[in-house]
Amino acid sequence: MIEDALWELKKSFVQDALKKGKRVDERSSDEYRPLEVTTGVYHHAEGSSIVRLGKTVVAAGVKMEVEKPYPDTPNQGGISVNVEMSPLSSPTFEAGPPDESTVELARVVDRGIRESKIIDLESLCITPGEAAWTVFADVATLNYDGNLFDACSLAVLSALLTSRIPRLEEGAVVRGEYSGSLELKGLSTLSTFAKIGDTSVLDPNLDEDRALDARLSVAVNGKGEICALQKGGLGAFTSREALEIVSERSRQAAKHLQSVLEKQVLTA
Amino acid sequence: MKNGNNSIEYVDASGKRRDGRTVDETRPIKIKVGVVERSNGSALVEWGANKAIAAVYGPREVIPRHKANPYKAIVRFYYRMAPFSVPEHKNPRPGRREIEISKVCSEALERAVLTHKFPNSQIDVYVTILDSDAGTRITALTAASVALAAAGIPMKDLVAGVAVGRAGGKIIVDLNKEEEDAPDAVDLPVAFLPALDEVVLLQQDGPMTPGEWKEALELGKKASLKVYELQRNALREAYEAPKDSGPRDAGYVGEVQ
Repeated sequence: MIEDALWELKKSFVQDALKKGKRVDERSSDEYRPLEVTTGVYHHAEGSSIVRLGKTVVAAGVKMEVEKPYPDTPNQGGISVNVEMSPLSSPTFEAGPPDESTVELARVVDRGIRESKIIDLESLCITPGEAAWTVFADVATLNYDGNLFDACSLAVLSALLTSRIPRLEEGAVVRGEYSGSLELKGLSTLSTFAKIGDTSVLDPNLDEDRALDARLSVAVNGKGEICALQKGGLGAFTSREALEIVSERSRQAAKHLQSVLEKQVLTA
Repeated sequence: MKNGNNSIEYVDASGKRRDGRTVDETRPIKIKVGVVERSNGSALVEWGANKAIAAVYGPREVIPRHKANPYKAIVRFYYRMAPFSVPEHKNPRPGRREIEISKVCSEALERAVLTHKFPNSQIDVYVTILDSDAGTRITALTAASVALAAAGIPMKDLVAGVAVGRAGGKIIVDLNKEEEDAPDAVDLPVAFLPALDEVVLLQQDGPMTPGEWKEALELGKKASLKVYELQRNALREAYEAPKDSGPRDAGYVGEVQ
């Protein structure tokens, strides 16, 4: 089909540019597209956000529900992060049950938050063995223009950072009333590198996303520790490349994202 | 859920509702055209505290192919609620309510589209409700109709509608959540092709007398015309030619007057 042929052309365009040390949108290899975060956008959500990363747009909302803790962790609440690759956001996304790339995206975003331990699950306990909060963070993609991983992760974190805890009355949630803020122990952001040919670049845009041979997403917390990783795609990284990305480049990228969040979310 | 209080006066002696509106007044409605860059046409509608985003893709190839109609395009409308758009976390999987709303709204929109111009193709309209406060299906349909026009799909008319109903014995337009929870509440979403005076969506939950029904339909029609005007203004604003250039084709929407 004509669209597939067009993508093949674009792919070689992206590859050829990188061979000359250039990205198609003129960014340097470790430069994010402009990032804009808005919070407090949906009134039913405990916390919510809209993230624009270049022309990629995603919305996230947090809901908190009281549930019975699992028998093996009676003192802990839970978190559940989910992403819908909405068919609204791209001509190539289809309606229907989540496919494997949606499941991967949702799980990588979930692990970035969960494994950084920025939510203290024990602090979500209400009555041990009886009742604890489950924090649901859901993302809806609104315009796909590349790198949903980092955009969705930023949206979840921003919604969590601005979440309030619903007020309880005799064990039941009073909707629309709050007893305090959700406390997070620091930040955790995801930075995704795309390997195209022999080069790897940060924050792939749509054309780069389609042209990539391999992808590496790195979750880094506020202390610069590496909390979660995911390599995807049929291509591979050399061990030297992987080391550079994980130990140096991703931590620089995280610093940038976290300083933007400091300005746009934490001091807003 | 009719857990409302019998002692509430939904319309007071001066004809004002509890949120200050008159019986025939809708909540504030804002429409923005062009919000999903990758779509063929899109719109965001804020209707009171409801927020719906709509994007149109197509006309495009029908998948699976055996569903294609050699005489006309298929219009598919998908209504989905974000899990955080309601007081209690909603399961992300579409439920029976969302599937039914999708069906009746697909039919309403298909009536508006000149489907015979695109045989063997499909036109997909996706709507996500991001925030809700009673009246989401009409908010979704309003956004979908504008998005179709913005996508340049030839249409007989826009679909414009409102939910009318009853609370505390009074017929009112555009019920909010509190009014929808009244003990005697009736919900009656209705949508028209205003220029053709066709009713393309009609549902009702709850009993009404024939007299009340007539009153409801009249109020619904009048309010829908106001929505229609807002839809047309939003499209005009998005596609109006800059002053220093010649007139620009605003699409097929303007043809039906």
